[in-house]
Order: sequence, then structure tokens, then C-alpha cells
Amino acid sequence: MSSSKMPGWKSLPIGAAIINPPTSLEYKTGTWRTFRPVIDQEKCVRCRLCWAYCPDGAVMELEKEYVTKSGRKYSITYEINYEYCKGCGVCARECPVKAITMVEEGG
Amino acid sequence: MPVSIRDIPREEYLVSGHRLCPGCGAGIIMRHLVKAAGKNTIMVVATGCLEVSTTYYPHTAWKIPWIHVAFENAASAASGIEAAIKALKRKGIIDPKKDIKVIAVGGDGGTFDIGFQALSGMLERGHDVLYLVYDNEAYMNTGIQRSGSTPLGAWTTTTPIGKKWRLGEWRPKYRKEMLFVAMAHNIPYYATVNPAYITDMYNKFKKALSIKGPKLIHAFSPCIPGWRMREDLTIQVGRMAVLTGVWVNLEYENGVVRVTTPVPKRKPVKEYLKLQGRFRHLTDEDIALIQKAVDEYVARINKIVGKEVIGPVES
Repeated sequence: MSSSKMPGWKSLPIGAAIINPPTSLEYKTGTWRTFRPVIDQEKCVRCRLCWAYCPDGAVMELEKEYVTKSGRKYSITYEINYEYCKGCGVCARECPVKAITMVEEGG
Repeated sequence: MPVSIRDIPREEYLVSGHRLCPGCGAGIIMRHLVKAAGKNTIMVVATGCLEVSTTYYPHTAWKIPWIHVAFENAASAASGIEAAIKALKRKGIIDPKKDIKVIAVGGDGGTFDIGFQALSGMLERGHDVLYLVYDNEAYMNTGIQRSGSTPLGAWTTTTPIGKKWRLGEWRPKYRKEMLFVAMAHNIPYYATVNPAYITDMYNKFKKALSIKGPKLIHAFSPCIPGWRMREDLTIQVGRMAVLTGVWVNLEYENGVVRVTTPVPKRKPVKEYLKLQGRFRHLTDEDIALIQKAVDEYVARINKIVGKEVIGPVES
């Protein structure tokens, strides 16, 4: 942010309190990533562990139906939010069915 | 009412975009803590990793009222907020039936060392506050200096490793034990939680928040840069700490200690140490000494519980 765009002290709230949380969503931590987790929706058993273990809340739990090739129907789908995923790989390591693989970015 | 992993609410109160390291254990703990507490919660956070990385001005990752205080007074500020809520309810400014939870959070430096006096005061005066200490076993935010909870033999920048100092002879025991601090203050609830055991952790948060009076929760928080380990090992290390007996998931309620994750056969402590670079310098003799310290700790826990909940080392 250049200095000309910075707000002056008169326009800031008292104590510089942040009155419109959560503003951290403006900061995309996805740029930190070197490896990208990719979920194989065919293998995924919807155990919710990746969602629970993600330190960044970057695993999204979506109300989206998915039917596997073998005909199994799931009412929810897990997807990675690549805007915020820092690529730590906890989800890939903890996935009990190894449905998540880490793929190198830009490779 | 034990809940399963399916019953954890989807709503996030600590959102993405915070600057905690990739794979940080504190991120996992805090997400579930605020999920358990819900939106009528006031957070008081002492200086530490969590504070500097989640509220990077003008950004904040918290959806709930949040205040930052100094290292030493998170417990005091939380006590004051709780007293103020009580007064406002008495005067009818806030609806007296409204359930407002006050949670204070500190790191191990801000709790075991610097904020210990304020914490003791809060527990002794009996404020209705949940104090959570996320324990990454050193002052990680300021650059890995040793704290009151640094384990035996760990490398830190203030306990360097050389020919003479290998195990940290400055420190004969394993670590300061918060269970006995809680027992000494005779508080209604104390628990240890580990992010590798998500439902156990969530249940304890829920239970603690339903109890009136001062509550203390001690959370095991793996630290990627400070423990010198791979980013994806956070949960693995947490699980291994429980399986080797280095960490015991327990709760202390109404004077009774109960172990929530019994381990019938312990793994040798080497399995836990070898995952982390901060223990890389240890020789087999040093590891034998650490194993002895862990054995003593486990024996102490078994004695308090009254039966062998944490078993012997498997051969």
C-alpha cells in the first residue's frame, strides 16, 4: 500500500479498532504455497478429518452432491480453497484413504 | 454428551488469511475452541504467536470481540471483563439472561512464566473465565527461547548444544506440570488437550465452557520452525506424544483425575524424539535419561489416577 492511500488519523476509529471483521480474508495466504493438495473425489470417503485438521480453515465443506463411478452417492463434497491453503500437507498425511496428493506448484 | 466429529459446527469464527505458519498446531486448536464457544464470546489474547499472526493490522482473522493485552495480564484483563459483564447485568444494561463467555488465551511463555501470577490470581478469585494455554514449549514468537515448559534435552537458542551441555543440565526435571497448579488452586475444571485427538479436544472445550468458575485448559501445540520439523508432521507428532506417554490427555474435575486417552502399551520415547530436529543432537544415553524422566512422569500420573492407565513401554 502506498503512503498516499493510507488513511489519516481522523478517519480511523478510536483506538484504531477494527470495526468490520474479519478483514484478514483480503490477504491471500495461498501465495505462500509450494505444494498444492489435490483431492481425489473418487477415493474420498467424507470422513471430515482434513476439514478438522486444517490449521487455516482452507478445506471447504460444500453441500454439493457427488456420485462416484461405483454408484456411491455423497451429499457433501470437500474442496480445497486455494486462495488460502498454505500447502502444509497435514491433510494429505492424515487422510486415512490417501485421497489427497501434494502436487508441486508450477510443475 | 460426547459429540463425534460430525457434530462440530461448520461456522468458522477464526477465518482464513491469518499469518500462522503452515501446519501450525495453534491454528487447529483455536479454530475448534471458538467453534465450541460460539459467537457470544469475548477473546482476551496475550502477546504471542497467535496474537501477532491473527491480528496483523489492519487485518483481523477473528469474527468475535477480541482484545490484545500484554504478556503478563491476559488473566487479569479477562477477570476485569468478566466482572464488568456481571456489573452491567446487575444494572440491567445487558440482558441478565444473556450467556457471554470470556476466554483468555496465552502461550506457554505468557502462562508458565510471565503471566503466572495473574493466572494464579484469576484462578484463586474464582472468575468465570476459561483460560487456555497453547503450549509450544518455548518462546517461539520472539525466536525460540526456552520457557518454563521446554522439555528436557530440547535445543533452543538460549539452551545451545555443545560438548558440555547436551541434555540441558540446567534443568533436572521434565517440565512444569500444570495439572498440579490446577489442583493447588482447587479449580472446578482442568484438562489437557491435543489437536491430534479432535473430538476429545472439542468435548473438553464444550464441557469447560458449560462449567461455572475458573477453568484451565492446557493444549499441546506443535510448532514447525521451533521444533525443527516438517510442516505436515503436526498431527503425527501430537499423536506420537500421546502414544509415548510424553503427553497425557486427562481431565481434572471435582477433585478426580481421569485419563481420557488410555495407552495400554507405550511406545519408546525415541519414536517421538526422532521426528523433531530439536532433539537431533541426543545420543542413546541421553535418550535413556529422557525415557527415565518420562517413566517417572507416567508413574506419577498413574499414582494420582489410582490405576495403570498408561501402560509400560512395549519391547
